[in-house]
Amino acid sequence: MSIARFWRETPVRYNLGGCRCPTCLTVYFPPRSVCPVCVQHRSSIGRLEPFQLSGEGEVVSYTVVHDAAEGFEMQVPYALAIVKTREGPQLTAPVVDIDPSEVRIGLKVRATFRKLREEGKAGVIHYGYKFAPMDDVHRPPERPTQSETAPSTAPTAVASESRA
Amino acid sequence: MRDVAILGIGQTRFGELWDRSFREIGIEAGFQALVDARLSSQDLGALYLGNMASGSLIAQEHIAPLILDYAGLAGHHFGAIRVEGGGASGALALHEGWLAVASGAHDFVVVGGAEKLTDVPDTEANRVASGTADHEWEAVFGATLPALWALVARRHMHEYGTTREDLARVAVHAHEMGAKNPNAHYRNRLSLEAVLGASPVAEPLGMLDCAPLSDGAAAIVLGPLERARKFTDTPIRLAASQVACDTMALHHRRDMTTLDSTVVAAKRAFAQARRTAADVRVAEIHDAYTISALVALEDLGFVDKGRAGPEFASGAFGPTGKLTVNTSGGLKAQGRPFGAVGVAQVVEIVRQLRGEAGDRQVSGAELGLAHDVGGTGATSVVHLMERVN
Repeated sequence: MSIARFWRETPVRYNLGGCRCPTCLTVYFPPRSVCPVCVQHRSSIGRLEPFQLSGEGEVVSYTVVHDAAEGFEMQVPYALAIVKTREGPQLTAPVVDIDPSEVRIGLKVRATFRKLREEGKAGVIHYGYKFAPMDDVHRPPERPTQSETAPSTAPTAVASESRA
Repeated sequence: MRDVAILGIGQTRFGELWDRSFREIGIEAGFQALVDARLSSQDLGALYLGNMASGSLIAQEHIAPLILDYAGLAGHHFGAIRVEGGGASGALALHEGWLAVASGAHDFVVVGGAEKLTDVPDTEANRVASGTADHEWEAVFGATLPALWALVARRHMHEYGTTREDLARVAVHAHEMGAKNPNAHYRNRLSLEAVLGASPVAEPLGMLDCAPLSDGAAAIVLGPLERARKFTDTPIRLAASQVACDTMALHHRRDMTTLDSTVVAAKRAFAQARRTAADVRVAEIHDAYTISALVALEDLGFVDKGRAGPEFASGAFGPTGKLTVNTSGGLKAQGRPFGAVGVAQVVEIVRQLRGEAGDRQVSGAELGLAHDVGGTGATSVVHLMERVN
């Protein structure tokens, strides 16, 4: 993937920046340019407003992946879930800071900023959201693995603000 | 719109065809279909070729005229058009061919499907296949096609009590049928224990819940039904051809355990053919993953939502059931050359309706259904075929 192709999505991937239709108030993630609910009367085209997701949600389905997606080879086995966010939109992301075998439907989770994957030794490193349990019960005592730790300098100021 | 008939069928063996090129298998299937239809190539109006990813898999785009050329037909100068819809590419090509003949734009067309998956390493082929889901918002976050279907499976188990064994029985059945199909990629039988004990891919799905990466091609000749008797003694009417689409990403669906695209395509198809699900005796359904088949049985209307697991376990969809599914072995055992799958499914239904299915022939097959899916259900295609008496 080219740098630009990932970079242009960083506000969304780093910050969970969605959008909201001013007419029907439905929230979308990732952002869209037209509201699927209001699409019949076209009033929403170009009028969807930025809307910040809280990052809180709940696991609605999960799997433990052993045959990794490209760039995730060093992370197997990893838990992958569909999360329903508090604001409504659902998304797909890894669940971390928990033993993958302990992920369950209904687990309350919160978005966390992590390294997603690397394009080989010399390629781009992709960052974005993963999800971690909201309570500390599931959190294993050891620190996140090297492969998931973001560098000490956050990639953008926007990303730092989102974690505050 | 006029009635359309299937006049000829052709198919290569599916599997790891290391000694054969993309163009070779494409041509073999096409000529088989032309010979079967007793049709001269100069009568053809167009070629529609279903293919998912030749650019990524064999570094060749623009493949429809390539096949036309190496079939010796370039001099006829008729149109050759590639059709792409992920794993549903083959069925989409058939839909385009049906439209062309039904509308009267062409009288006779060839519909092909071909894919060459073993010219690249498995990891590369799997990466390409994951592009049939939403690359930016699924694959980038660690999702593979089997992982997405595993999410469907886990939710189905949660909502309806479907068990790990219910899933595994789909693979056992597929291999039971594949063992009787000389074209199948896998002709070995599988025990339930073998499926349950296979190494995990994306839990709850294991290696033997997943269809293989195969090479293969299939082809069909279509023409107007009113002229069909001139070309074949056993014309099969293409009674319905319907395509329906849905959101690209699984996480945006109305219901994670239902493919609305399949529900809608099936409803439209039964309405078009003026038949019901109860009339169907044989069906080739999308079983790329074991859960895909259970969900398909529900979404096509063959069983109530959530009941596919227990019904499958009861033998309702086996060789002696009210409906026999995937007599070819399905994607699981016959193989999964993505763009060829949808065409090969219809080829198998035609064999069944003609009574040419050999050891796996189902008795009294008069109406058959084929169901092809792209990605996790962003595209579904349903075809109905019936014997003309």
